[in-house]
Amino acid sequence: MKYAASFSSGRLTVYLSGELDHHAAGEAIRVVGELIEDNMPRECVLDFSGLSFMDSSGIAVIINAGRKMRSLGGRLSVENPAPQPRKVLEASGIERLIAVATRI
Amino acid sequence: MKEQNYIKLEFPSRSSNEFFARAAASAFAAQLDPTLEELGDIKTAVSEAVTNAIVHAYPDKIGRVLMRMRILSGNTLEIMVKDFGKGIENVEEARRPLFTTGGSERSGMGFTIMESFMDKLRVRSVPGKGTTVVMQRAIRLRAGMR
Ligand SMILES: Nc1ncnc2c1ncn2[C@@H]1O[C@H](COP(=O)(O)OP(=O)(O)OP(=O)(O)O)[C@@H](O)[C@H]1O
Ligand SMILES: [Mg+2]
Repeated sequence: MKYAASFSSGRLTVYLSGELDHHAAGEAIRVVGELIEDNMPRECVLDFSGLSFMDSSGIAVIINAGRKMRSLGGRLSVENPAPQPRKVLEASGIERLIAVATRI
Repeated sequence: MKEQNYIKLEFPSRSSNEFFARAAASAFAAQLDPTLEELGDIKTAVSEAVTNAIVHAYPDKIGRVLMRMRILSGNTLEIMVKDFGKGIENVEEARRPLFTTGGSERSGMGFTIMESFMDKLRVRSVPGKGTTVVMQRAIRLRAGMR
């Protein structure tokens, strides 16, 4: 997994790329959590455009980031998932809790 | 049902083997000429079953994981993932969406995803002895192929 981040006017975007499975998820939870704590954003976007694979371990990454954002009074969203990660997001029902959007 | 081809694998319950298990499933499934979406579904279901063996069956040790894949008639792929770990007390409860014993790093969606991405899911488990998950997925024959 690779990570990149950008921050401007209260909005933190974290770009995740690679395969987000259980092997990668522990690190992803930690990296995203630290980026949120360091930047204290009002809004956090997880940009999944670089994710070539995701399973339920990725759902836990989103839930953990969502919990962190809620404790700061902010919002989390997920953007640009490819078809396979999108199907996992749909099957998990996470879209009832967290906005999933396509912007590219 | 006539068994047309099969492969058996064994690996230790290390998380680095999750990638390998998905890649092996994808390579074996290729002979059924699946679409990218079907391949994605198969990889996802395998990842869930193998991750469960790694995370839940052997919570604090490394154990054996067996994987068997075979082609059944009707262009159907069957995948078995078997462990010899701690087993599941109540399979019906474990299969419910959101049920997890895994804490905040798990979401309780693994069985739900296996069920929705495959045609059939069978789970047999004996506490203290291990768990066997068998999944089947028919790959649609595409017009103009074979
Ligand atoms: N191979 C196994 N050995 C022992 N227990 C298992 C096994 N597979 C599943 N379980 C039990 O069934 C529960 C539900 O499994 P499921 O895959 O649906 O969710 P999860 O693994 O907890 O979370 P997720 O898959 O979303 O990360 C697990 O929490 C665990 O208690
Ligand atoms: Mg699971």
